[in-house]
Amino acid sequence: MWWYTARRILQTIPVLLGSTLLIYALVFLRPGDPVRALFGDKPVSEATIAQVREQYNLDEPFLIQWLLFLKGALTGDFGQSFTGRPVIDLIAEAFPVTIKLALMALVIEAVLGIIAGTIAGLRKGKLFDSTMLVVSLLVIAVPIFVFGFVFQLIFGVKLEWFPPTVGGNTSFYNLLLPAIVLGLVSFAYVLRLTRTSVAGNLSADHVRTARAKGLAEGVVVRRHVLRNSLIPVVTYLGVDIGALMAGAIVTEGIFNIPGVGNLAYQAVVRGETPTIVSVVTIMVLVYILAALLVDLLYALLDPRIRYA
Amino acid sequence: MPKPTLPGQERYVAPAEETPLAAVDSVQVDETPASQWREAWKQLRRNPLFLASAVLLTILAVVIAFPGLFTNADPRFCELSRSLDPAEPGHPFGFNFQGCDVWSRTLYGARASVTVGVLTTLLVVLVGGITGAVAGFKGGWADALISRVGDIFFAIPLILAAIVTLSSVKNWFPDRGFWGGIMAVVLTLALFGWPQIARIMRGSVIEVKNYEFVDAARAIGASNRRNLWRHIVPNAISPVIVTATVSLGVFIVAEATLSFLGLGLPFSVVSWGNDIAEAQRLVRSGTRLGVMFVPAAALALTVLSFILLGDAVRDALDPKAKKR
Repeated sequence: MWWYTARRILQTIPVLLGSTLLIYALVFLRPGDPVRALFGDKPVSEATIAQVREQYNLDEPFLIQWLLFLKGALTGDFGQSFTGRPVIDLIAEAFPVTIKLALMALVIEAVLGIIAGTIAGLRKGKLFDSTMLVVSLLVIAVPIFVFGFVFQLIFGVKLEWFPPTVGGNTSFYNLLLPAIVLGLVSFAYVLRLTRTSVAGNLSADHVRTARAKGLAEGVVVRRHVLRNSLIPVVTYLGVDIGALMAGAIVTEGIFNIPGVGNLAYQAVVRGETPTIVSVVTIMVLVYILAALLVDLLYALLDPRIRYA
Repeated sequence: MPKPTLPGQERYVAPAEETPLAAVDSVQVDETPASQWREAWKQLRRNPLFLASAVLLTILAVVIAFPGLFTNADPRFCELSRSLDPAEPGHPFGFNFQGCDVWSRTLYGARASVTVGVLTTLLVVLVGGITGAVAGFKGGWADALISRVGDIFFAIPLILAAIVTLSSVKNWFPDRGFWGGIMAVVLTLALFGWPQIARIMRGSVIEVKNYEFVDAARAIGASNRRNLWRHIVPNAISPVIVTATVSLGVFIVAEATLSFLGLGLPFSVVSWGNDIAEAQRLVRSGTRLGVMFVPAAALALTVLSFILLGDAVRDALDPKAKKR
């Protein structure tokens, strides 16, 4: 188990290095000069430009820039934004907000999706099942920002149940509506996965045996059907954390939430390489760690899996 | 009934002369056996979900080919004096903020949105299919290399990666016209979409390459290349087709999301994503929701048809694997 974990963590290193290099290359290939764009229409001396360029290592060749970033990142220095603030401070401010939003979305989609999916799977072909299938298809087919605006209008502006935008106050209640919007698509996938899995397991031999033993239906569903059905769902939820953090770019834009998504979007617009690469690195790290966590969780859910 | 001769033969045993030998002779052995694809097609034809999505997609194809059949209004003819005017004869859904006909723009917008989805899917299947097949077939260092490179692209979330990449890729297509704008979005989405297909193809090829018919082909002297492309890939491609059909819808939604962020297709291109994005401020103020809902509904219906088609194709190709 420990050996397996260590090996998996070692395997993530090339992926992390590769993705930072990839993002660095993509940002490097962007048209325009970010330093000149920084000054806009104002006249600026060549000396100032050269100095700013040196400050952000932009005068170095591409690979050297990347290596300098890595060197800094290893010592916890992710460089500076164009406004002169250390990137690590920006991320330290924005990251907790996005993590909170993503985790809220994850809990909402997991709880609702598993409950609705289980009921639909148990009553396959009945009214509830068909309704849920139609709802999930609709949620997948409509772009998420359409739901964002509609929910903002209905629950934020018309009914005034939630604040329409979040702004600086990122309390649990303020983030609830954005989290629901963010989790909607994944809710549909969790629901469909759980439904199919539960419906398939209902006819499994061990479930028939459990019923034959005279176990109560609730116990059969919870201990024998659900536990076996949750393995694909857990895989999906683990991979989904990364997708939720990226989806936050849209949700945070609609509800004006000062999170990582907003930070990344602004940085891309400004061409601020250190911020973009740092945010992407952290998102990749979250994705990889979540995937690792899922693999380790397997052993808990399925006793047949043992990592040597 | 003849008397049983041996103990244990109390049951009826048919005398040999009663077996209709003619029936055995009449079995045709020279007819080609039904292929996997013909069986799948037989199944598909009877699936109502497939028929529904086929009808919707046929309508869509007609709209893409001849949008002028359904409207007389020019999608680019906009008059600010008619900004947000309600529906009138010839303009069933009224006008948008710029005074363009909403219905006409929705019809003409199908072309760009669906082209992005189809081209991206083709590219992803081509790149992911070839790399995945090679990785699965060769194994060893080729597999390790392709899989790790795929991991790198897969680990970066699609939308974030697309935002970073789009402005660089757009630079390769300076004309910013219909095809330039579309190719930039297609290349960006494909750049980060291929590892998913490659992973599925790799797994499928690894499974199929151990089948007996592959050994048989090798035994009669088929080269490795012929074995892979003529025998293994055609038998391993069905999960890829299923995933690709559903991804087609996902890519259409991704284009709309990128346009919503202001980075997708150029504004000169009539597309659902651009129209929905343009209408967002109307929704914020709660006026004329139809301006957003008409293109959004068209997009949703299209994506829905592709998802249903993917579900139906999966059921036909692999009745056992009813996931999701």
